[in-house]
Amino acid sequence: MNYKPQTTITAWLLVMPAVALLGMFTHVPMIGSVLHSFYSTERPRRPSRFVGLDNYDSMLDDPIFWKALINNLIYALGSVPFSIALALAMALFVNERITGRGFLRLAYFTPTVMPMIAVANIWIFFFTPDYGLIEQVSQFFHLPAHNWLGSTNTALFCVTLVAVWKEAGFFMVFYLAALQQIPNDLKEAARLEGASGWAIFSQITFPLLMPTTLFIMINALINAFRVVDHIFVMTGGGPNNATTVLLFRLYEIGFKYFDHGQASALSVVLLAVLGMIALGQFLLFDRKVHYQ
Amino acid sequence: MISSQQTGFIARIINTAAAWLLGLVWLLPLLFAAWAAFHTSANTAKLDFMAPITLSNFATAWASAPFARYFLNTALLVTGILIAQFILCTLAAFAFARLPFRGREALFSLVLIQLIVAPDILLVENYRTIKWLGLVDTLPAIALPYLASAFGIFLLRQTFKTIPTELEDAARVEGCGWFNILWRVYVPLAKPVYLAYGLVSVSWHWNNFLWPLIITNSVENRPLTVGLSVFASLDQGIDWSIITAATLLSSSPLLLGFFLFQRQFVQSFIRAGIR
Amino acid sequence: MLTFNRRLFSAMALALGLAATPVMAADVEVRFYYPVAVGGPVTKIIDDYAASFEKEHPGIKIKPVYAGDYVQTLGKALTAVKGGDSPELAILLAADLMTLTDDDAVIPFDDVLKSNADKAWLGGFYPAFMENARVKGKTYGIPFQRSTPVLYWNKDMFKAAGLDPDQGPKNWDEMREFAKKLTKKDASGAVTQWGIEIPSDGNTLWLFTGLTTTNGVRLNNAEGDKVTIDHPKVAEALNYWYNLSKVDGSQPSGLINWGTTPRDFIEGRTAMIWHTTGNLTNVRTNAKFPFGVAFLPKNSQYGAPTGGGNFYMFKGISAEKQAAALTFVQWMTAPERAADWSIKTGYVATQPAAYETAAMKAYTADFQQAIVARDQLQHAVPEVTVHDNQRVTKVFNDAVQAVITGSKSTEAALKDAQRDADRILKEFK
Repeated sequence: MNYKPQTTITAWLLVMPAVALLGMFTHVPMIGSVLHSFYSTERPRRPSRFVGLDNYDSMLDDPIFWKALINNLIYALGSVPFSIALALAMALFVNERITGRGFLRLAYFTPTVMPMIAVANIWIFFFTPDYGLIEQVSQFFHLPAHNWLGSTNTALFCVTLVAVWKEAGFFMVFYLAALQQIPNDLKEAARLEGASGWAIFSQITFPLLMPTTLFIMINALINAFRVVDHIFVMTGGGPNNATTVLLFRLYEIGFKYFDHGQASALSVVLLAVLGMIALGQFLLFDRKVHYQ
Repeated sequence: MISSQQTGFIARIINTAAAWLLGLVWLLPLLFAAWAAFHTSANTAKLDFMAPITLSNFATAWASAPFARYFLNTALLVTGILIAQFILCTLAAFAFARLPFRGREALFSLVLIQLIVAPDILLVENYRTIKWLGLVDTLPAIALPYLASAFGIFLLRQTFKTIPTELEDAARVEGCGWFNILWRVYVPLAKPVYLAYGLVSVSWHWNNFLWPLIITNSVENRPLTVGLSVFASLDQGIDWSIITAATLLSSSPLLLGFFLFQRQFVQSFIRAGIR
Repeated sequence: MLTFNRRLFSAMALALGLAATPVMAADVEVRFYYPVAVGGPVTKIIDDYAASFEKEHPGIKIKPVYAGDYVQTLGKALTAVKGGDSPELAILLAADLMTLTDDDAVIPFDDVLKSNADKAWLGGFYPAFMENARVKGKTYGIPFQRSTPVLYWNKDMFKAAGLDPDQGPKNWDEMREFAKKLTKKDASGAVTQWGIEIPSDGNTLWLFTGLTTTNGVRLNNAEGDKVTIDHPKVAEALNYWYNLSKVDGSQPSGLINWGTTPRDFIEGRTAMIWHTTGNLTNVRTNAKFPFGVAFLPKNSQYGAPTGGGNFYMFKGISAEKQAAALTFVQWMTAPERAADWSIKTGYVATQPAAYETAAMKAYTADFQQAIVARDQLQHAVPEVTVHDNQRVTKVFNDAVQAVITGSKSTEAALKDAQRDADRILKEFK
């Protein structure tokens, strides 16, 4: 390719500011995390020194780390499919000429617009034992009382529910955009040939939505490791670490206990997880997607 | 025997009912917040429809924390970030889309890494960097890691690529340099994308919590989300009316903006071809 | 190259014009971070104090910064210190003493006190509060908002249940018995009134120390490098707490939130609660029924942990700021102020002299509940104060929560906790 020096200089000048910032706050920190994970935490009496894999050893020895990892996986496996399914359902509902369509679109999307910190407070009230909304409804139906956020076996479920509630509406918009791109003639033709609604959906609509579905899936998966605001407010990681996930644990270790060596090691683990997601995306996108 | 027309009708009713049920459940927290914020705390748990409406919760909430300052900080923050993002991402996207140079594709792949690895994940290191710059506890510190947005660059590059090169050629014939080509041809045609991206960016940064939490300490530099968390974490008797009032206060600009512009929001996403 | 980029960078960033630069005044500015852990309009009271102080001491400007709860305030203070932007003072948990000294973040007040009168001032505080304010003989904390947990009881509910409304439960057996009598259910079997609520979500270890101390066991040593968790008396205390829910059904099951408990009491959902005396004024203002305040019931002895926050002064501030900060601390902890603060919140006034002031005498004349916590001081022990305090506290909290939520047996929880705590404290021995 013939690269004109004039163009090259212009081009590099144009990308430089963005690339410099990206380098400074994404790429360099990634390398920094790896490097710092091999050094001990700096304390006033004892400066930071090279300790090899010690931080990783302590981390693997810490049962809370394993809890956080498992919780995060459960959280991801719980929130991703449901977010996608609900987003698709919402988009399908809103795409047709259904009564109150504008209102519905509003209702589905509103959670996205509110700060997670704010809505988490409201959800705490819903889950409060005795007089919280859910408990009041249960009492009305004579169901047994339950302490939703204060029990180790339901806290993570509640937190996942809030995440799905927050995100489904946002993903709905992507599906909406994609649905509107599907040419109507395809569906008309199928209908004329006597195909049922379900057949049209599963054989025409859904396959054409594949790129969107994969896009949303990757995003939802990344969010499962990135969105922890509601955990701060609703459970503080408890009870007994039942809702501690990796990023939350990272915050605890780095900014409550100020243990930087451990925090770096945990950052590396998070990066590795995200790396695997990226790899998955790369492989999947090249195989399954139907592009025009 | 039910005719197929009748089954179609029943199916539609069920469909609509399901959609509505989902909508109500989805809206419930906001409805509750609206209810609790306008009634006294004694009535919160009881849903007594005859209870008197009051604005005192908002007054109390507003007086209990410097919300005016928080609003100002947040407004400045999201505006500053948006402007910087528009500039930086436009320039970079143009170069990636239209200027051939050695290493372009490799560099672009590097940029895309930020789509997967967000600055929040790298909290510990980014904190170190900000400290090294001497910017801890300032508004710019909250903004810096986000100014160069890989998502923005990706979107704009994709959009610029769809603009026919004839337009650019025509402008070049008229003697325009790269800046004028960018400003006169590409940017105007990418308006829907800018709108969509802007809406996403503003709402995302308005609601961002974790990074601002660790990088700010003082009241002067706290955005709304951090202010709200500090306010709501009172170990004192949780007063739902005041907390919901504060919640509504903090979300109101975005909610208002969304109610007013929701059609544009969705439309711009669609026209931007985001899928 | 690095310096050039750094300066260019900072210049670019500041050019975005978003920083709010504090105005340099001739006055000495003293910033102090403070938490709010109890009910009431505390921020207003603190702001009023700051304003009064500034009137009496022109030339010193006080900037109170509300930072959340104790944990958040510690986090913010330490982050500020490590970010090179430390405030002058902060009110932090007395228990975080060693975390702060290990990080070399605070200075002993002995270094700042000049005159003999100043040094004598240190001796005016209740010894119970000073116990976890000293490391190696030097005083790092000055008591300000100190408390002990107490038992609040609803006198009307006691009367209705056939109990003497003027006598709180004196020991563990009585508390259990009373709680059972006070628990009311409706026709469908749902509980409408709980007998007792001891919060387990928020300040878990502190209240647990109330149970262990009254059972005759200490959880940590004075040096702060050893904790006792896996011990039969500790297990007994934890089982007692758990059984109130599991066996007796007189306490809600699962975690009970610290923040909602006072409201539960005020709104008549529970007959007895364990909570900080710092909530006394909040309860008094809002409860529409007569209530009593008692020592924590004893098992083998009376006992309670002291709690709450001390003033700490940070390292690296100028001599001028140190003097100003010291003046502020002395003003804030003077007997009149200590009395006023205690009356407005319910915290224990930190000096005997405060109880001799006219205001306090008038207040306690017809509100005996206010001196219960002070009287309990004679049985008080410092709360758990160890190195890396937050981390070790979490180990305790997790263990208690695991048992209270029924997800681990007491033996397993305590054994695991002992192992984890030992591992954390190993490097401090």
